[in-house]
Amino acid sequence: MKFQEFVSVGAIRAALDSHTKEDVVTELVGALVEAGSINPDQQSDIVKAIMKREELGSTGIGRGVAVPHTKHPSVQRLVGTVGVSVEGVDFESLDREKVQLFFLLVSPPDRPGDHLRALENITRQLRDDTLCRFLKQSKTAADIQQLLEEADNNQFVS
Amino acid sequence: MARKAKTVVVSNRDGLHLRPAHAFVKLASQFDADISVTKNGETIDGKSILSILTLAATRGAELEIVASGGDADAALEALAELVENGFLDEETEESKI
Repeated sequence: MKFQEFVSVGAIRAALDSHTKEDVVTELVGALVEAGSINPDQQSDIVKAIMKREELGSTGIGRGVAVPHTKHPSVQRLVGTVGVSVEGVDFESLDREKVQLFFLLVSPPDRPGDHLRALENITRQLRDDTLCRFLKQSKTAADIQQLLEEADNNQFVS
Repeated sequence: MARKAKTVVVSNRDGLHLRPAHAFVKLASQFDADISVTKNGETIDGKSILSILTLAATRGAELEIVASGGDADAALEALAELVENGFLDEETEESKI
C-alpha cells in the first residue's frame, strides 16, 4: 500500500513542537483533524486509544522510527500522517533510541489487512538509509511529501 | 550444525502486526540459533522486527521458519508454537467509544 494511499497530505508535519510521547500523538492526531481526515468529536478518544496501545508496548520500532496507531470505528478507511521531530522524542523504543520520524495510523477495525500493508510499506521503504535520513532532515511538509512520492515511485528501492 | 525447518500458518485475525511481530522477535532472540522466516519465497531475519513487518503476513499466510545452530530444535518448537497459538494476540477492544 503506497504512502499516497494512506498518508493525509494536509496532516504531514515537519518540525513537531512536542517533546513527549503523548504530546506528539496529540499533535499528530490534531493534524489529522485539521486536514479533515478524522472527526473532531473523536479526537480525544483516538488519542486515548493510541496511548492505551502504547502501554501494551512501545511502537518505537527502532532506527528512530515509531508507528503509533489504533483501530477506530469512526474511520472508513486507513488514514495516516507523518511527523518529524528535529530533536527526537523519548518513545521508550525497542532500541532505546529517541524517535525523529513518526507514522501515525488510524484504521477501521474490520480491515486488518490495510494496517498490515501500511506497516509493510513503511518498513520496506525505511530499509533504505538514504530515505530514512532525508525524511528526518526534512524542513517542510512539502519536502516530506516529495520524499514519500519518490518512495512510492520506487526511487529508494533496495 | 543443526538446521531445522517448519511451516506454520498465521492464524490470528489481525495477522502479523506489530505486537505479534514483537512477541516473535523477543522469543527468537532468546535462542542462539539463527532464525529466518520465509513467506512467498522471500526470506528475512527472524530476529529483526522491522524485517518481519515487511512480510505483511495476514491471517492464513504460510511462513517457513528455519532455525540453525545449537538450540535450533528448541527455538523452532517454541516459535512454531507461538505462531500456532495465534501469538496470544487476543482481539482487544482498543477503541470502544
